[in-house]
Amino acid sequence: MDLVTLWFWLIALSFTLYFFLEGFDFGVDILRPTLARTEAEERALTGTIGPFWDGNEVWVIAAAGLMFSTFPVWYGAVFSGMYPLFVLILLALLLRGVSFEYRNQVDSPRWRAFWDWMSFGGSVVPSFLWGVIMAKIIEGLPVTAEGRVHGGFAEMFTPFSIVGGVTTLLLFMLHGANFLLLRLHKDTVLYDRARTAALRWGALATVAIVAFVVMGYVTENLFEDFGFASWVFPVAAFLTLASIWLALSRRRDTLAFTMSGLTVLFATVTVFIALFTRGEVLPSTLDPAFGLTLQETASQHYTLVLMTWVGGIFLPLIIGYQIWNYYVFRERVRPDEGALTHGY
Amino acid sequence: MRVDVVDLSRFQFASTSIFHFFFVSLTVGLAFLIAVMETIAFVREDRRELYEKMTNFFGHLFLINFAVGVVTGIVQEFQFGMNWSEYSDFVGNIFGVPLALEVLMAFFLESTFIGLWWFGKDRLKPWMRLASIWLVAVGTQISAFWIVLANAWMHHPVGYEVVDGQARLTDFGAVVFNYKAWLYFAHVQGSAWVIAAFFVLGISAYHLLRRQDTEVFSRSLLIGLVFAAIGTVFSIVSGHTEAQVAVEDQPMKFAAMEAQWETSDSPAPWSMVAVIDQEGQRNSFNVEIPFVGSVLAYNSLEGRYQGLVPLNEEYQRLYGEGDYIPPVAWVYWSFRIMVAIGSLLLATAFLGLFLWWRRRQRLDTTRWFLRALVLFIPLPWIANFTGWMVTEMGRQPFMVYGLLTVQEGVSPNSAGEVLAGLIGLWAVYLALIGLDVYLLTVTARAGIHRKPEAQLVAAPAPDYEGAGFQGYEKRD
Repeated sequence: MDLVTLWFWLIALSFTLYFFLEGFDFGVDILRPTLARTEAEERALTGTIGPFWDGNEVWVIAAAGLMFSTFPVWYGAVFSGMYPLFVLILLALLLRGVSFEYRNQVDSPRWRAFWDWMSFGGSVVPSFLWGVIMAKIIEGLPVTAEGRVHGGFAEMFTPFSIVGGVTTLLLFMLHGANFLLLRLHKDTVLYDRARTAALRWGALATVAIVAFVVMGYVTENLFEDFGFASWVFPVAAFLTLASIWLALSRRRDTLAFTMSGLTVLFATVTVFIALFTRGEVLPSTLDPAFGLTLQETASQHYTLVLMTWVGGIFLPLIIGYQIWNYYVFRERVRPDEGALTHGY
Repeated sequence: MRVDVVDLSRFQFASTSIFHFFFVSLTVGLAFLIAVMETIAFVREDRRELYEKMTNFFGHLFLINFAVGVVTGIVQEFQFGMNWSEYSDFVGNIFGVPLALEVLMAFFLESTFIGLWWFGKDRLKPWMRLASIWLVAVGTQISAFWIVLANAWMHHPVGYEVVDGQARLTDFGAVVFNYKAWLYFAHVQGSAWVIAAFFVLGISAYHLLRRQDTEVFSRSLLIGLVFAAIGTVFSIVSGHTEAQVAVEDQPMKFAAMEAQWETSDSPAPWSMVAVIDQEGQRNSFNVEIPFVGSVLAYNSLEGRYQGLVPLNEEYQRLYGEGDYIPPVAWVYWSFRIMVAIGSLLLATAFLGLFLWWRRRQRLDTTRWFLRALVLFIPLPWIANFTGWMVTEMGRQPFMVYGLLTVQEGVSPNSAGEVLAGLIGLWAVYLALIGLDVYLLTVTARAGIHRKPEAQLVAAPAPDYEGAGFQGYEKRD
């Protein structure tokens, strides 16, 4: 495997880890208004992701940074080509990120309600838009002969990309609900509500992913030249998703979470396989010949060698200490009404 | 004036960087101070309670500010691709590497260990907590190093060759040991310490003036003074060297700092106040001090440096037609404001240390000095802002000095969408900066006895006194 291929897959890995990790913390924030009825429950739900969300979010910075250093042309094309979508994601992440810190700084119901909206909206918007972006990357953007890309806002929303967005949104909600099953104490009402939510949103997510794969296969002809892989990964994504229902009904929470994680993994890999087998990292909607290829968007060999050393040393280290972080905060959370009256 | 996509993108980049740096400079400096406070708490058993209170109080302030720095940093990184995709294509081989290194070596470290430090109070051993805050502190410095290295490469590109319209990396060692990068790093580092030190000083002084918790705040005052002294010396020495280096490698910037249109005499005077006429390429009014210009440029009582007009002609021969003179008035006045504030802060820090040496505990009641410290809290931020204006405005119209202009680096976006995005970002930035200042003020004023509510949001709930986390149970 040459370094260009290696780095293509390491970027795929960064995006996969990002969607896997931030997927559930987005999911928790999206579900919070429907699950929590009291202030203590609200705080318990936020508490399940409190020590983790920031470290999760860095994976998107990593994905972008690694893309910049190893595929600068691809990075520039994707980020400027979908400019309005990235602006919206950034605004959402800005407001959502500070909502964690700011929500409880002022003791007023309106203040808290405002930040609850920010964390809800700030999670819905990127969850949806990342799906749109991934769908647009396989569908293609108006890349010109000079390799310049500029897509208008309206062009971003095709039936296929909208279904892609809905799929990631629902998938993250399911993933978040499954994560809550691992983090909430089992004898709480919240835990039961999270289970119900997982079943409900899981069913819808299954429908969405079927629609996405069918559309990709039939109307967009996306999986034409994949050979073997054309069906393995989408089908695997469907199977893992369907198995969650079984796991949940047997109260196998860890299995359910693993399966929703695998669904995120397979879905992301499907996108990257679609690009890889065609050798095109960004197809052109203007003329198939204008699409950006893997080789022409990559950095020079020296840079890739350098990055391989850097990645080889730091990626395992990062994954290691992040796992330790999850281990340190492994206790299940329970809403504590008493704590609120004590003033903290 | 016609506003096009280049102007809008430049304005967006500048505003994002300035807003981002507003938060981040405090994070970078304060992380270090808090790590020192926590180390003292760890080592000095007899004074542990005091220093723990101090660490928790400033740690809470640190946390309010930290989140905003993180999220604005995402904008900072995405906008290279979003607004400057041609630039990204041109420099990706080189520029992407320090950015990726920053993420891998620093961002993960900071964002993971900040949580472990703050929320892990009752579940980590004390030495592990101490190690966590040090990892955060080291992470912030590493982060500052790589991003400043990337920035310095734009001012002074090294270790590259240009092949087919792309810069290719030839020597990564040269990029890492770019003298400009180390100078910039020293300067940014020093200024971050100054910001954090005067932040701690001002807040400590505020409480000392009210005679609240003097045993805690008199100690934080002393820590602040030491850091302020180190930070100001660092900034001023590195800043002075930067100016001298600019004479050699960015003469246009230096000439703009001095509003020197024609090549100066030897010995060169130093302009104190000038009315600058950019159109007419002259100063309509100028008050000059003899010799100081040469001292600034060469540490010598003689020596001339080139002026803007001859440099512009030289650049036109080198790089083709165009106007290579940066916005002189901006650079000139920003430089003066920065230097004035820097000198004032240097004097304040050493006066403070002198007073402490003469008066010891009585410094806590030296009210005029304490009042000045409270007033000085915003000054380092202004110096920081103006400093960035000098260095980045002075680089115009180049994006990568001598290689790529801003005109060539911009994305093929439409002005309308950039403007729409800019309005959205500005609205959020203004809200965030307002909230940050508001919450920092409220929390700082409330003093060490206020329970930090923020920590309950994010998991276990120990308070300043270290009570356990009732809401949590061990896994069954």
